[in-house]
Amino acid sequence: MTFNGWFQILLYFAVILLLTKPMGVFMAKVFNRERTWLDGVMRPLERLLYRLTKIDEEREMSWKEYAVSMLLFSAVSMLVLYLLQRAQQWLPLNPQKFSGVAPDLAFNTAASFTTNTNWQFYSGEQVMSYLTQMAGLAYHNFASAAVGMALAVAFIRGIARKEAKAIGNFWVDTTRAILWILVPLSIVSSIVLISQGVIQNNKPYTTVKLVEPQQVPRAGQDGKPVVGPDGKPVMDTVTEQTIANGPIASQEAIKELGTNGGGFLNANSAHPFENPTPFSNFFEMVLIFLIPAGFTYTLGRMTNSQAHGWAVFAAMAILFFAGVTTAYWAEARGNPLLTATDQRASTMQPGGNMEGKEVRFGIANSALFATITTDASCGAVNGFHDSYTPLGGMVPLANIMLGEIVFGGVGAGMYGMLIFVVLSVFIAGLMVGRTPEYLGKKIEAYDVKMAMLYVLIFPLAILVLSGISSLTSSGLAALGNSGPHGLTEILYAFTSGTGNNGSAFGGLGPNRWYNLSMGFTMLVGRFLMIIPMLAIAGNLAQKKSVPPSPGTFPVTTPLFTGLVVGVIIIMGALTFFPALSLGPILEHLLAGAGKTF
Amino acid sequence: MSKTKSKSLWDAKIVSHALLDCVRKLDPRMMMRNPVMFVVEVGSVITSVLLVRDAMRHVPGFGFDLQITLWLWFTVLFANFAEAMAEGRGKAQADTLRKAKSDTLANRLLPDGRTEVVPGSKLRSGDLVIVSAGEVIPGDGDIIEGIASVDESAITGESAPVIREAGGDRSAVTGGTRVLSDQIKVKISSNPGETFLDRMIALVEGAERQKTPNEIALNILLAGLTVVFLLAVVTLQPFAIYSKASQTIFVLVSLLVCLIPTTIGALLSAIGIAGMDRLVQHNVLAMSGRAVEAAGDVNTLLLDKTGTITLGNRQAAEFVAAPGVSNDQLADAAQLSSLPDETPEGRSIVILAKEQYGLRGRELGSPQAQFVPFSAHTRMSGVNFDGRVIRKGAVDAIQRYLSENSSYLPKEVQATVETIARAGGTPLVVAENGRALGVIHLKDIVKGGIKERFAQLRAMGIRTVMITGDNPLTAAAIAREAGVDDFLAQATPKDKMDLIKKEQAEGKLVAMTGDGTNDAPALAQSDVGVAMNTGTQAAKEAGNMVDLDSNPTKLLEIVEIGKQLLMTRGSLTTFSIANDVAKYFAIIPAMFAGTFPVLNALNIMHLATPQSAVLSAVIFNALVIIALIPLALRGVKYRPMNAEALLRRNLLLYGVGGVIVPFIGIKIIDVIIRVVGLA
Repeated sequence: MTFNGWFQILLYFAVILLLTKPMGVFMAKVFNRERTWLDGVMRPLERLLYRLTKIDEEREMSWKEYAVSMLLFSAVSMLVLYLLQRAQQWLPLNPQKFSGVAPDLAFNTAASFTTNTNWQFYSGEQVMSYLTQMAGLAYHNFASAAVGMALAVAFIRGIARKEAKAIGNFWVDTTRAILWILVPLSIVSSIVLISQGVIQNNKPYTTVKLVEPQQVPRAGQDGKPVVGPDGKPVMDTVTEQTIANGPIASQEAIKELGTNGGGFLNANSAHPFENPTPFSNFFEMVLIFLIPAGFTYTLGRMTNSQAHGWAVFAAMAILFFAGVTTAYWAEARGNPLLTATDQRASTMQPGGNMEGKEVRFGIANSALFATITTDASCGAVNGFHDSYTPLGGMVPLANIMLGEIVFGGVGAGMYGMLIFVVLSVFIAGLMVGRTPEYLGKKIEAYDVKMAMLYVLIFPLAILVLSGISSLTSSGLAALGNSGPHGLTEILYAFTSGTGNNGSAFGGLGPNRWYNLSMGFTMLVGRFLMIIPMLAIAGNLAQKKSVPPSPGTFPVTTPLFTGLVVGVIIIMGALTFFPALSLGPILEHLLAGAGKTF
Repeated sequence: MSKTKSKSLWDAKIVSHALLDCVRKLDPRMMMRNPVMFVVEVGSVITSVLLVRDAMRHVPGFGFDLQITLWLWFTVLFANFAEAMAEGRGKAQADTLRKAKSDTLANRLLPDGRTEVVPGSKLRSGDLVIVSAGEVIPGDGDIIEGIASVDESAITGESAPVIREAGGDRSAVTGGTRVLSDQIKVKISSNPGETFLDRMIALVEGAERQKTPNEIALNILLAGLTVVFLLAVVTLQPFAIYSKASQTIFVLVSLLVCLIPTTIGALLSAIGIAGMDRLVQHNVLAMSGRAVEAAGDVNTLLLDKTGTITLGNRQAAEFVAAPGVSNDQLADAAQLSSLPDETPEGRSIVILAKEQYGLRGRELGSPQAQFVPFSAHTRMSGVNFDGRVIRKGAVDAIQRYLSENSSYLPKEVQATVETIARAGGTPLVVAENGRALGVIHLKDIVKGGIKERFAQLRAMGIRTVMITGDNPLTAAAIAREAGVDDFLAQATPKDKMDLIKKEQAEGKLVAMTGDGTNDAPALAQSDVGVAMNTGTQAAKEAGNMVDLDSNPTKLLEIVEIGKQLLMTRGSLTTFSIANDVAKYFAIIPAMFAGTFPVLNALNIMHLATPQSAVLSAVIFNALVIIALIPLALRGVKYRPMNAEALLRRNLLLYGVGGVIVPFIGIKIIDVIIRVVGLA
């Protein structure tokens, strides 16, 4: 670890800290339908949309209506994306003449983008037409992010309102999230990214002559190298290279801003066309945390308890630093088995474990990116998590397992965190000798039931599907590695899918089983968890609010922050420790003993 | 904590009953009500079946598997034992009560005026009975004729007899109590099986015990956690098979039982029963567990001034003489007029005169001395003695008396009267032979230590409101002296009701005490309504608790017991969950170190062998239940402090402590196992 590395990590955090309040205030205004400086442009547009769709913007919804609207919207959007992929060969903006996407992959991708997961079992530049990328995938990047934000706002309203039946209007919340927040920020961010060299065009791919012809092994139908009669791999001489083009900058901005993470190109943010410079890297990382961090301030503002907002922010910050410190430490100390190699950081090299990392980012910014992208449910990557050291690679995995509540996905992080807050308040709240209260709302059996359901669905999907995959031939066939590393790959895939993260550990190839089970678990991880969450929101909204007194459970103090962090870690650790002990922990210990996989 | 009929925790009789009960409670139909322990029981059954199978096949490792199975059963039994212990304490109480219920005979009044003798158990609501001295009152009811002294020790444990009379707020009698003198006519108000005594027996026995709202919520949390751990353990096997280190069912069940929150699961119902029992020991009967929980949540206490905040009576504090009259003169007249006055006010005047002016109490032996008692007509009292005519009374009464004697009240005296009234006191004017001598200042005496109690309550976030019939001036002065947060002066029953509704509309929970029939609506409206046992039947029906000692200050203790109940549950839940950390470090390396010796790095307790590690964790898990039974029954120590401080203290004690203790405990057990050579 270097001073420079830590300086960049702290600088990053300082920028997030500075942006939290302005972002939070702005979002609170947007969702409270207060005046903002964007009203002049957006308000007429908003009214027009409501008139066209016959939506009464004054009518508020109960939690059930809200949930049904959200499910309906998502189902239709998902179906459209599925059909778009299947039919892309007949549609315009397909200069590379890509054929229709296979049904199981199209299902997986549709589920993936609808759920804000953006897990990609395909290489964007080899499978998806420009139309599919722009009208299908980028559309979902906006829509799924806006849905997440709407849900978080609905939950916050549930806490803030007293004896109310309604928690807002889904259509209004979603529309305002897109028009006031996501679209303007994406436009500005795209331009910033273009300034750094991110490309933006609709041209066919460019073919260039290589400076020096290359020998590469020929790949057969099954993707494996073709072996000649002499037992050696058949080699082809390659003299030219195809360079992918596309409308990347416009998609890159929303990919980070909406914590979607689905790259236009297969290499995601490691690719120079998506993330060319250290500044663009820094900027993309800021975009990932911008909205989730702002939401902590929005929470404080809408519940009239700014100190509580900051207490939640502090809990997230502690977990963030725990993650990034571990990842940075693990990666910077390098590979223990490479004793003959100089892995020290110097002016000439970043040092540490550089396998699978971009030289222009180095150790600190790779570890930081990996932490951020999994703290949030983003899933964009600027390096290969599979190549991290066992403990360094465990950080992203553990981050997702904790529920992606360290700032978290746009909206999803907020409500996920608040579920943990509700649980923490309940468990420890009894210890102050009162029925637990959260910001004046009593936490009762129904709330606990729904919160436990929310908490339960997550490990249920991950552990059961991982368990099946680790025993069945179709689960094991797609595995790139064996031993504990292979187990980590399986675990990571289902954790990333259920957690709607979308980052790939790598090493796990697509097949029908994974396409379908991953698609399924992404839907479970999003929608089955949203319903109990909304139920809590609706139930809290209709409760009376008890005015705070010295006897009420404090939710604004460092003690509260510590408690929430403790509950999150213990809950996560207790659930996943057995699995982790046979995955990354075992691999780490075996690597120390000189055994690798 | 006036009088606690506290029994030793490990009363031999209760323990022996509990030992039997804990086996009887193994019935799966009963276990099912407790999802956590039910899972343990199912696990025990599975390992038992496998144990028999393995024994027949002579599978190696039988000794270890046997020990695991036994300790799993012990875990279930310990949990049942905890519950049986808590119930046992209540049952012992119920037996005493049942003796009072021994069937009595009743003299039922027939419409024609004759009486017939029927068994008490045949009486129905509305029946009229005659009870004479020496007889046991056959059922609950109200006296409609007569007055009697009644021995209520069977219910209250208080041996001093109480007066019960028709009309007013002391008309209620309870079945099972004994009339000591006189004869009364009682209108029965309850049907067979629904009497106060019946309800009391059912309550202390826990037969009617329903889960309280917080208990239900906590049970859901525990069931949820159990499912999470079930998942973690069940899916560990595929991962273990993948890693070529598959596990035996014995070890997997052990891991599961150690992880699920057995500690709190085992003690949860015992805590609830013990909470009710603590109330009973304070001579308070809660009609539902819900009310006990609500007591912990109370935001506002409505306290009657008289009896709760102040001593029942005013006392003389000062003599202020009229111009031209010496204080000695005033004190002398005041004392003379009060000598025969047996009221506490009267006595306090005599004592004040003696203490301040050295006037000894004199015998009014002379036949001329004539005492004039207080009458509603004159609203004065006094004495005619040796040609002295002394009168004392409220200012308007004396004024009228003086004007009748063509005299008047001097301005200075008038001013004194106003000053005293403004300060919250009661002025009593003394006149002799048609001349005003001065004023006695009667003061409400605030109970000692009550101000500190209120300060504690404030720190806990509980607001106190004093209810009084006094005028606002008087009320404000007493409120200030007692340190209550607010007061309601010249309160009518309707005002009281409105105040409760207003507080509740703000989301607050309100507790109050009451005894009169006109308190009944407010008692019913409040969240915690404590009726005095001396009160009317209507009040007792309306409230959700009855204080057998009829001590309104008890409300403060009820709140504390409610809080203690919730705190005990929260603390043990936290402790139980925190325990799991150490258990992982014991069991996970033990499971896999055989295949992957490097995992011994996680064996930070350096437990001897994998077998002893698993066994130690299981034994610790079982023994900790027994170790915590006293805490569950007594409740965690209650300290009045604000929530932040309480939380910090309890988190440190039960959260951090819960992480550390099992590391030590498991290590010690491991050492013992190794020394004894069990594994």
